[in-house]
Amino acid sequence: MIAQNKPEKYKVKIKRQDGPSQPAYYQTFEVPYRPGQNIISVLQYVAANPTTTDGKETSSPVWDSGCLEEVCGACSMVINGLVRQSCSTLVDEMLPEGNTITIEPMTKFPVVRDLFVDRQRMFENLKKVKGWVPIDGTHDLGEGPQESQADQEFRYALSRCMTCGCCLEACPQFEKDNEFIGPQAIAQAVYFNMHETGKHLKNERLDALMGKGGLNDCGNAQNCVRVCPKGVPLTEAIARLGRQITVHAVKEFFMGSKG
Amino acid sequence: MGTQPRVIVVGGGLAGLAASVRVAEAGTPVDLFSVVPVKRSHSVCAQGGINACNKVARQQGYSEWQHMDETLYGGDFLNHQPPVYEMAHWAPKVIDLLDRMGVPFNRTREGERDLRLFGGSLFKRTHFSGASTGQQLLYALDEQTRRYEAEGKVTKYEFWEFLRPLINEDGDCKGIIAQDVRTMEIRAFPADAVVLATGGNGLMFGKSTMSVICTGAAAARAYRHGAWLGNPEFIQVHPTAIPGEDKCRLMSESARGEGGRVWVPRKKGDTRHPLEIPEEERLYFLEEKYPAYGNLVPRDIATREIFWKCQEGYGIGGGRMVYLDVSHLPTETKNKLKAILELYEKFTGDDPTEVPMKIFPSVHYTMGGLWTTYQEEWRDADPACDPSDRKTIVEDGKICGMKYGDPKNMVTNIPGLYAFGEVNYQYHGGTRLGANALLSCIFDGLYCGLSVANKAKADDSSKAADLPQSLIDKNIQEEKDLLAGLEANNGTNNPYEIHRVLGEEMTDSCTVIREEGRMLEARAKVAEIKEQYKSIKLSDTGSWTNQNLLFARALGDMIIYSDAVLETAIVRKESRGSHYRPDFPERNDEQFLKTTIAKYNPQSNTPDISFEDVPQPMVEPRARTYGSVETKKDDKKEAAAAK
Ligand SMILES: Cc1cc2nc3c(=O)[nH]c(=O)nc-3n(C[C@H](O)[C@H](O)[C@H](O)COP(=O)(O)OP(=O)(O)OC[C@H]3O[C@@H](n4cnc5c(N)ncnc54)[C@H](O)[C@@H]3O)c2cc1C
Ligand code: SF4
Ligand code: SF4
Ligand code: FES
Repeated sequence: MIAQNKPEKYKVKIKRQDGPSQPAYYQTFEVPYRPGQNIISVLQYVAANPTTTDGKETSSPVWDSGCLEEVCGACSMVINGLVRQSCSTLVDEMLPEGNTITIEPMTKFPVVRDLFVDRQRMFENLKKVKGWVPIDGTHDLGEGPQESQADQEFRYALSRCMTCGCCLEACPQFEKDNEFIGPQAIAQAVYFNMHETGKHLKNERLDALMGKGGLNDCGNAQNCVRVCPKGVPLTEAIARLGRQITVHAVKEFFMGSKG
Repeated sequence: MGTQPRVIVVGGGLAGLAASVRVAEAGTPVDLFSVVPVKRSHSVCAQGGINACNKVARQQGYSEWQHMDETLYGGDFLNHQPPVYEMAHWAPKVIDLLDRMGVPFNRTREGERDLRLFGGSLFKRTHFSGASTGQQLLYALDEQTRRYEAEGKVTKYEFWEFLRPLINEDGDCKGIIAQDVRTMEIRAFPADAVVLATGGNGLMFGKSTMSVICTGAAAARAYRHGAWLGNPEFIQVHPTAIPGEDKCRLMSESARGEGGRVWVPRKKGDTRHPLEIPEEERLYFLEEKYPAYGNLVPRDIATREIFWKCQEGYGIGGGRMVYLDVSHLPTETKNKLKAILELYEKFTGDDPTEVPMKIFPSVHYTMGGLWTTYQEEWRDADPACDPSDRKTIVEDGKICGMKYGDPKNMVTNIPGLYAFGEVNYQYHGGTRLGANALLSCIFDGLYCGLSVANKAKADDSSKAADLPQSLIDKNIQEEKDLLAGLEANNGTNNPYEIHRVLGEEMTDSCTVIREEGRMLEARAKVAEIKEQYKSIKLSDTGSWTNQNLLFARALGDMIIYSDAVLETAIVRKESRGSHYRPDFPERNDEQFLKTTIAKYNPQSNTPDISFEDVPQPMVEPRARTYGSVETKKDDKKEAAAAK
C-alpha cells in the first residue's frame, strides 16, 4: 500500500550507545523519501551519510542484520515504540505516525552498540530445554519416524521461530535480569516433545520448565503471540506445555520418582 | 594446548554445521567460527528444497545415477564426476538423516515425505519443508551442534571474523587468525586442520538475493594467502527475484515447480493491468520454446530468456520485469507456497494469490570458489546405479567415486585447508540445478568431515602446537597493520559509495551477458576502484564494534575477488552454463572443457590464470538443449543440408 502525499524528506531519530556501559543518547538524521523503502535501507542511507540534522558529522550507526527478508532473526528493533524486524518494516507503514521515525534497540537484552544487542541468553535457554532430537549419530540408520500431515503442520509452525527475541521484548514477565525462560524456549520444548525421538527427552525438558524461571512465571498476558513476526503459535504452545507439566507432576507424585 | 588434535570450522551455515557435527562425532574437538550467530547464517534463506532420489521417485524411474547425470548435464560437464557421483548416491541417506533429526518435511496423507518438481528435471525429486526448507535444515543441524556444544565437544566463536589462514614454513595450514567484531581483538587459533565453509560472494555484485554477510571476503583472504580459486567466472543469476531498494528478494523456483507460469504481454509496451490481459494475448515464452521442461528449464536458460525478452521490449510496460503467475493455482498449492507468497506481499504490498508477481533475474549463487581436489576410487557399481539409458559407464561395470575418509577430499591446494559448501567450487560446474546446493553443503560436511578429522589425527607433519610464536606474532601484526592503514587513511572516498559502483559495474558487465568490450571496460573501472580504495574515508575510528572499518576491509577483499571473476570471464572465450558470451555463443569443449584456476600474484596484485582438464570418466559430454524447439529445427536444417 503506497500512501499518498509522502514528504520529500523525513527524519529518523536513532537511539545510540557507544558501548555496553556507555550512556545512551539520541541523534536525528534526515532521509530522502523513496517508495518501497524499508527501515534497513534507511539505516544504510544514514550509515553512508552520517550527518545529523544539526550538521554534526558522526559515526555510522551500528546494527545487526543478515537476510533482509525476515527469516534470519537478526534485525529486531523497537520502531516507533513497537518491536519488529527492521528489514520487513516499510517506511510507508511507519510514517503516518508523524514525520519522524524513531528507532531504538530492544530493551530486554544488553546493548553491544547502538541498535545491536546481545541475545546469547536465548541460545543458552535452548540448551536448558535440550532443544534437539537425541539421534544416535549421523550413520545411515534409515528414515525417521512417519508423521501425519497435521503434526507436521504444527511442528512446522513452531520450527519457524528465528530466535529474534520480539516475543521476549513484549513479554511483561521477561526482564533483563530475571530468570524467566520466556515463550520462545517454551515453544521449542513443545516442538521437540512432539517428535517421536525428541520425546525421549521430554521429562528432562519438563523438569527444566517446572521450577523457578519456568512456565509458572508466565502471566498469560499473550503479548508475545501478538508481536511474533513468524506467527509462531506461542500461546497454544504454552497451553500444551502446561498440560504436559500437569501430567508429568501427577506421574511424579504417584511414582515417587521422575518417570 | 596439549597434543590432542583440534579442528577449526569457519562458517556456521549448513556446510559448516554438518562438518562440525561430523568431526565432533569422530571424536575430534571443534572450534566453530562465524561472523554471525550460526543460526542466522545465510543458509536460513533457502526456500525451495533439497534434491534426492527416494523410493517414490525411484518407482517412477528415477535413480541416483540419473540425479548425477542431471547434475553433470546441468553443469555443462565442468563438474568433476566422482564427487557428483558420490553426492547423488549419498543424497537419500542425507535426507534420511535430516528426517531423523526432526526436520518437518512436508508429508503426504500417508505420512511419507512429499516431493516437488524443480528445474532441470522431469522427475519429482525435491524434498521440502514448506517454503523455508533452508531454515528447517539449518536449525536441525544447529540443534545437533548445540547438543555437542553442551557436551563440550564443540566450542563456538560467534561474532568472530576469519582474517587469514595460519600457514607454517612447510606451507601447511595450521590454524587461523580471527577477530572479535565486538571487542575488535585479533587472535591466533592454532589447529591441525581448518575447514572454510564461508558461503558465496553475492555482495560483490551489489544487490543480490544473498545475505549481507555474503561478501566472499573469507575466500578472497584465503586466495590472497595462496589458495587457488576454481572457476570464479561462474556466477548463477536466478531468473526470478523481486527487485528491491536494499536487496533483491528471491521468488523461489518452487513457485514454478508448483505450476507458476512466466509470461509477458504479446504486445510490446502493453500497459494494461495483468488481469485485463486475456490468455491469448499473453506470451508464455518458456513453455513455447521448451515444451518438455517449460517453466522448469535450468536457471541459466530461464534467466537469459527473460533477459532477452525484456531487451526485445516485451518486459512489463517496456521495462525490465516479467510476470510470474501463480494466481491460477488451486488454494491447496498456494498454501504450500505460503511463506514465499507472503514475502512477496510483505515487501511489495501486492497479493500474489490474486495478481501476477513482477520479477526479474538477480545474482544468486557462486558456482566457482576455492579450488579443491579429492581422492578418486574405482569400484564396482552399486545396484542403485542404473546406467541403462546412459551407455557411457566404463566397460567392466566399475564406477569412479571418492575414497571415503581420505584426507585429500575437498582439500584446497594448501594442505590442511579445506573448503566445504558454496565456497567450494566442486559439484555444480557451469550452472547449478536448483535444490542441489543444500545437498552439496550438507554432503560436504557429513562425507568429507571424516576426511578432515583423519587429517587432523594424522601425524604426517608438525602439529599445530609446534607453531613458532614468531610466526603467529607476525601474522597477527600484519592484520593489525592492515586495519591501522585503513584507519589512518584520511582520503575522501566513501566505502559504501565505492561498493555501490563496484556492484553496478560487476552486475552490468559480468552476469547474464558477457560482452568482451564491456568486460574490458569493467576491468579498467575496477583498476580505478582499486586506486580509489587506497584513499577512503571512514566515519568511525572507534575501537569497539566498528562496522565501518570491518566493511571497508571486506570491500578490499571484494575488489580483489572481482578482479579474478572478470579476468577469468574474459579468458573463457566460449559460452557454457551461466557464462554467456555473444562473441562466442557456442560451447567449445576442445579448448574449454577445463577448470579455470586463478592464483593470486602478490607482485601484480592480480590473478595468474591457468586451465586444468576435467576428466569425464563415466558420462560423456553431450549438447545441452533441454529439448529446445528451435534447436530441433536447427537439427533438421543440418540434417537436410547433409543430404
Ligand atoms: C534466497 C536463497 C534461496 C535459496 N534456496 C535454495 C534452495 O531452495 N535449495 C538449494 O539447494 N539451495 C538454495 N540456495 C542456495 C543455498 O542456500 C546456499 O548455497 C547454501 O545455503 C550455502 O551454505 P553454506 O553453508 O555454504 O554457507 P552459508 O550458509 O552462507 O554460511 C556461511 C557461514 O560462514 C560465515 N562466514 C562468512 N565469512 C566469514 C568470515 N570472514 N569469518 C567468519 N565466518 C564467516 C557466516 O557467518 C556463515 O555462518 C538459496 C540461496 C538463496 C540466496
Ligand atoms: S517465537 Fe516469534 S517472536 Fe519469539 S523469538 Fe521466535 S520468531 Fe521471534
Ligand atoms: S503469555 Fe504473556 S507472560 Fe506468558 S510468555 Fe507470553 S507475553 Fe510473556
Ligand atoms: S535481516 Fe534477517 S530478519 Fe531482518
